Amino acid sequence: MMNFDLRKKPRLAESLIQTLLFLAGILSIFTTLAIVYELGKEALLFFNNPDVTFVKFFSGTKWQPSIGNYGIWALVSATLTTSFIAIFISLPLGLAVAIYLSEYASLRVRSILKPILEVLAGIPTVVYGYFALLFVTPILQNIFGESIQVYNMLSAGLVMGIMILPLISSMSEDALSAVPRSLREAAFAMGATKVETSLQVVLPAALSGIGAALIVGISRAVGETMIVAIASGAGPNFTFNPIQAAETMTGHIARISGGDLSYNSIDYTSLFAIALMLFLVTLVLNLISQWVVNRFRERYE
Amino acid sequence: MENNNQYAIETQALSIHYGNFTAIKNVNIKVEKQKITAIIGPSGCGKSTLLRAFNRMNDFVSGCSVTGEIFLHGQNLYGKDVDPVEVRRKIGMVFQKPNPFPKSIYENIAWGARINGFKGKMDELVENSLRHAALWDEVKDKLQESAYALSGGQQQRLCIARTIAIQPEIILMDEPASALDPISTLRIEELMQELKKNYTIIIVTHNMQQAARASDFTAMMMIDDQRAGGVIEFDDTKKYSLAHLINAPKITSQADLVKADKEHRL
Repeated sequence: MMNFDLRKKPRLAESLIQTLLFLAGILSIFTTLAIVYELGKEALLFFNNPDVTFVKFFSGTKWQPSIGNYGIWALVSATLTTSFIAIFISLPLGLAVAIYLSEYASLRVRSILKPILEVLAGIPTVVYGYFALLFVTPILQNIFGESIQVYNMLSAGLVMGIMILPLISSMSEDALSAVPRSLREAAFAMGATKVETSLQVVLPAALSGIGAALIVGISRAVGETMIVAIASGAGPNFTFNPIQAAETMTGHIARISGGDLSYNSIDYTSLFAIALMLFLVTLVLNLISQWVVNRFRERYE
Repeated sequence: MENNNQYAIETQALSIHYGNFTAIKNVNIKVEKQKITAIIGPSGCGKSTLLRAFNRMNDFVSGCSVTGEIFLHGQNLYGKDVDPVEVRRKIGMVFQKPNPFPKSIYENIAWGARINGFKGKMDELVENSLRHAALWDEVKDKLQESAYALSGGQQQRLCIARTIAIQPEIILMDEPASALDPISTLRIEELMQELKKNYTIIIVTHNMQQAARASDFTAMMMIDDQRAGGVIEFDDTKKYSLAHLINAPKITSQADLVKADKEHRL
């Protein structure tokens, strides 16, 4: 017998790569944990302040920590309003683009349209912000009159929707394209038209992927800072009226942390409480949309 | 054009091209009403291409062009003013791999009927379609469950059920049993014999024994020197001249079928 050996051999490259991949995975978990820890630590200082109570924080509608008003709703309302407008615009529009690209567009049209959408995704948010303030708001004022304030949530939300559009359309298109061809053939063979096939067979089958797009879109909208900081308003204001100015959680954090703040002041620690709340809002919205998607999705595997 | 009562559909000088490549050339066949016609032949000879010409599914293949004519009730399916959607409502199709919709069993059948403007009692239609596809007893207690909970054979019968729910005149079957086990295959073949009382069936099959067992007519396709497929023989299956089809063993039980399948599957 020559050289017949079944014993284990050390494979260095194999274990090295495995270790590297493991570390890469650990890194993202570690980063998340570190952020939560830091937020939690500073937010704890805020909530340990004798003036602050959970009840005030979660029920109040005025936010002025320096004079004892800690109602987070003054900021949450603007975040919810602008995000809702953004999703309201980008979800149907993004889906329409995705359906067009995946079901209707010829290869040529697709090769022109997709790069344009990607350019839209590559525009810096500060540019979007001034686009909202200097272009969209005047248009809105021309149409609806001076009742629309110079800084308003409508304009910021609309432009945020345009910003999220490429994200939602490209993720949705991937989901639609992944639906097996055999399902489309089945529908066509039953005398379905193109619209019936796209909307009633392909779209429902792609719903889990579209749901993922929605979730990422919501997270982007809630977390978006620059557009709302520039166009939506610079002062907490409890209102859901989109034509008014109001400051979102992110906008507020950006503005206050940009000024001078003494370390450990109530203004300073309150920012971490807002950030923690932001975390919570994103989480809750994600859970809700995940539930909605699971409720309606159709499995094809 | 003539409207011959004996034939459900007929082709005249039908050729199909993919770009410059001629996939099938000059096919002239007349398919009899309420009979099962099998299309057999080696891989790549254009069996599926021919089958998909009957309900214009080739329209979705870019670069595919058709010359010649296919007549259904004296109308050329490739005439200028013919709507392919209407053609497919008259000519249903069952595919090689079962492809139910990712919907409930009930909805799989109701959907096609609904988009075709069915106004009657949906529950009745669903039940009747499932009964005709010999599936009712197995699924009547779980109509709201996903079609994907069914076995492969059951899924294929569901696909047949949803096809007959839109009451086509002709049912095309593209190797409907090739992805199924022998027992499910036998059930599909039995079902075809039931269905031909009401429908004309055209089936593509790789399995010579299946053609011999299940069909009334057989069209044999071959590739010529230019690699274009064509029908070289078309006749009553019983008179069919290929030696290995003569004296096909009579299938009376599932065991026979498994045995015959092992011996003769191409």
